[in-house]
Amino acid sequence: MGLDQSFTGRSYPPSAPYQVGREKIREFATAIGAEDAAYHDPEAARALGHPDVIAPPTFPMVLSMATSRQIVEDPALGVDYSRVVHGDQRFAYRRPVTAGDELVCVNSIESINARGGHDFLTTRSEISTSAGEAVVTVWTMFVVRGEEG
Amino acid sequence: MELPTQRYRVTRADLVRYAGASGDFNPIHWSESFAAKVGLPGVIAHGMLTMALVGRAVTTWAGRPDAIVEYGVRFTRPVEVPDTEEGTEVEVSAVAKDTDDPGLVRLDLTATCAGVKVLAQAKAVIKRP
Repeated sequence: MGLDQSFTGRSYPPSAPYQVGREKIREFATAIGAEDAAYHDPEAARALGHPDVIAPPTFPMVLSMATSRQIVEDPALGVDYSRVVHGDQRFAYRRPVTAGDELVCVNSIESINARGGHDFLTTRSEISTSAGEAVVTVWTMFVVRGEEG
Repeated sequence: MELPTQRYRVTRADLVRYAGASGDFNPIHWSESFAAKVGLPGVIAHGMLTMALVGRAVTTWAGRPDAIVEYGVRFTRPVEVPDTEEGTEVEVSAVAKDTDDPGLVRLDLTATCAGVKVLAQAKAVIKRP
């Protein structure tokens, strides 16, 4: 039994504002071994024209992965999370996430496709500042594996 | 134009560090017994950690940490990380191509681990260095 394709296009309430901290960015950059000065040193980031340290490109996942649970855990949609695999991931950036940003995520279901007994659920997260400046769009494709046998 | 290959070592300690920093505590990334229970060959790296390492390669080639305009990958094979000091290694290469926009360059990315491709359709668009 596949996911209900009528959920395509559904949008969910905005997430609680997320405060992007300088130390969180440094922690994330350190965890992926990224030593670029602009991730660690506000002066280096300012030299590139940013107000504070900037986050590595995949950092927005910290927000979008957490908030997209409102979709994969929507009881009406009925995804079995134990069967979920991360299929693909895409970002479109207006600018880097920066320490001091207050970010809000608005999640929606971009598409639901059934293929080969599996469901392919693509979510879209529009991440903007709470003042309304668009920062990055995040697409995540979840594969919901079908029952075997 | 082919860009110089980048190599990144990944150990179990890196997986623990990434779990903490990203908030993704799925036990397939740190528990051998859990990984085996769900049919995996062993503990595997977070797909998003692999994507982050490839992102490092992209910003290295771009010469600026803020040069990425678009970045996407498909996760095809898991990166298995053995419980050894050396762990494993992810190798990233890329071919740069012109786009319709003279200010932007497209990178077609290849990431392999132990000679096996771990990502498909991996692409980035960066501002021209």
